[in-house]
Amino acid sequence: MAAITAPAYRSFPIIPALIPGAMEGAGPYVSSDKINEAVGFPGHLVDDWHDKAIAKMGDLLSKYRSLKVYMDACVHCGACSDKCHYFIGTQDPKNMPVARQDLMRSVYRRYFTLPGKLFPKLVGARDLTKEVLDEWHNYFHQCSECRRCSVFCPYGIDTAEVTMAAREILDSVGYSQKYSIEIIGKVHRIGNNLGLPAPALRDTLEGLEEDVKDATGIDVRFPMDVHGAEVLLVTPSADFFAEPHIDSLIGYAKVFHATGTSWTLSSMSSEAGNFGMFIGNYDQLRTIALRIRQAALELGVKRIVVGECGHAWRVAYSFWNTLSGVGDGADPNDRFAQMLQKQLDHRYRQPTHICEFTWDMIENERLVFDKSLNDKYIITFHDSCNVARGSSMGGYPGGQFEIPRNIIKAVANNYYDMDPSTTHERTFCCGGGGGLLTDDLMEVRVKGALPRMEVLHHVAEDHGVNFMACICAICKAQFTKILPVYGFDRRVVGGVHQLVSNAIKLGVK
Amino acid sequence: MNTLLAIFFYLSTLVFVVGLLARIRTYANTPAPLKIPTTPAPTTTGGVVLRMTREVVFFESLFKANLWTWALGWLFHFSMLLVVLRHLRYFTDPVWEWVALIQPFGMYAGITMLLGLMGLLGRRLLVERIRYISTPSDHLMLVLFIGIAASGLLMKFAVNPDVIGVKSFFLGLMHLTIQPLPTSYLLYAHLSLVCTLMVIFPVSKLLHAPGVFFSPTRNQTDNPREKRHIAAWAAKMESEK
Repeated sequence: MAAITAPAYRSFPIIPALIPGAMEGAGPYVSSDKINEAVGFPGHLVDDWHDKAIAKMGDLLSKYRSLKVYMDACVHCGACSDKCHYFIGTQDPKNMPVARQDLMRSVYRRYFTLPGKLFPKLVGARDLTKEVLDEWHNYFHQCSECRRCSVFCPYGIDTAEVTMAAREILDSVGYSQKYSIEIIGKVHRIGNNLGLPAPALRDTLEGLEEDVKDATGIDVRFPMDVHGAEVLLVTPSADFFAEPHIDSLIGYAKVFHATGTSWTLSSMSSEAGNFGMFIGNYDQLRTIALRIRQAALELGVKRIVVGECGHAWRVAYSFWNTLSGVGDGADPNDRFAQMLQKQLDHRYRQPTHICEFTWDMIENERLVFDKSLNDKYIITFHDSCNVARGSSMGGYPGGQFEIPRNIIKAVANNYYDMDPSTTHERTFCCGGGGGLLTDDLMEVRVKGALPRMEVLHHVAEDHGVNFMACICAICKAQFTKILPVYGFDRRVVGGVHQLVSNAIKLGVK
Repeated sequence: MNTLLAIFFYLSTLVFVVGLLARIRTYANTPAPLKIPTTPAPTTTGGVVLRMTREVVFFESLFKANLWTWALGWLFHFSMLLVVLRHLRYFTDPVWEWVALIQPFGMYAGITMLLGLMGLLGRRLLVERIRYISTPSDHLMLVLFIGIAASGLLMKFAVNPDVIGVKSFFLGLMHLTIQPLPTSYLLYAHLSLVCTLMVIFPVSKLLHAPGVFFSPTRNQTDNPREKRHIAAWAAKMESEK
């Protein structure tokens, strides 16, 4: 593959001109028979794919009000048309949210609405041909399901819902994306996205204990499979070995150590990520989430805390209670959920984000920091899309923006926000979310990072910012790879708990 | 002609009401299996009502997205609301007091409605991105509204058909009798276009009107940790395990 170069920064944030077909054929690898069949999907494109796909679409339209309403409600007003980072970076008109949705809406109109059956040309309806299916595979894998468009849509139309439906239809006819399906297979087979078996994990954790002992002189533990621990920590598996992720894992362990919290990881459920969401498949989403329920029940924990991972936090915060009963407020007759909810300690929010946990401890003055230890950093915060627009923290709207920033300001002296049109609920995706964090999509990833890189460049120039903190494993992995393409050092990105780890004073309280 | 228009009115009203109710029923009966409000989102029902009110009355999200589209769209929609309310005088006898009161405003609203529509059409034709996403029906829909507004305004300011006659025609329709309609091709055009609009409504993008109220990203409370939310089809998967 030829080297992919970064698109030029825009001197003014103008809306780019259209380049039709710019990203045709830039889509992902198609999944192989073996990978598909391992998770129960047809191995390759089935013979009667047309009828199967339309039937699946009808099934989804009857199960998801979001899809049903969103297929009808769009008026083509164009409010979303300039909001997608992939459109801004690639200029391909089919990466405008409305145009992406229309790839499916045109088919919906043809098969499910009267005007589309009678006058297809008039209302922009089309038959589902192999070319259309190819287009779906290409462009529905150039969407990171970040939901930025849904913030601006007057009807709240969420392209993520449409992308998920499209991917589910593709999967059901044997036309899947290699990366996501391969990862889902690994979770089922081994227990985490990276395919780290339990013994390797145990080794890693022991190594970490030694490293922290060498660095601080203190025995910070990284426990696994401890029955009766208070907290079960579920974190993205990248935290166990990837840089800079691992520094945040050390941060969580130090916070637990300093507050005297008994905690444990689970070898059976060593993954917070849930790619079931990316492919929009409720069965997969649920089955993967149930591993955590099972671990919690077996270990008898009282609290479930989730590490720095964007989509995992959306799944945990918004979906876990639905999928697996991790939460509160189940009906008294709901035995499935009650079984777990009776075990959990409801003085705390279930599940809890690690930032909620740490901020709580900071507010209760249970942690001591030497902020000067972070003085070499001038810090900004990148709101990860799934945290910003698909979840919350602290029990009040906007807590997901305040709490991580509060933590940073409590552990470091130099902090600047990026341009407000690119933070909070208006944040731009890193470019690698939603199942796109794979090398075969590198061109999409590089170009999709443009809007974030532009504003990072601004704060770097204006304030000398040299560290962009975030709370998402995918953001961290994506930026580590993309930053150098835009001329930054790859170590500019890191976790919030990496900063916590730097500044925390152990053995004081 | 009056018989023909009377039949058209009855049929189109029937299509409009039955079609719309059927659609609303479908929306209401389709489950929303997961909590997907676009956050930050209200944590209480009262908060959701407020959010929806801001969305429907002020077009809050569109305001955040694009000021031009917002201004033109809002002008069109609220002018149209006034115009529709103004037309209640053809259906009430005696005319309700507040309907009488808004008559002059409704008249100017006809003009601002047309301005808004022309602006939206101009945008659709001139802005490259919007032109790209427009289907023929998107343009025709605007043309239809422009036709309704323009014919109405022409009758108000240029050719004045006998409005008393128009009113007795509609009061007649409401009592299931067909009264004579003043002879005016402009009036026939105006009424036929309105009937056409009613027929198109339940099968077109005009469904955004009921749709917005059923949009899960806007109408859900952000309390997934506090209250378990589960759809019937999803609950069936669960066993006590």
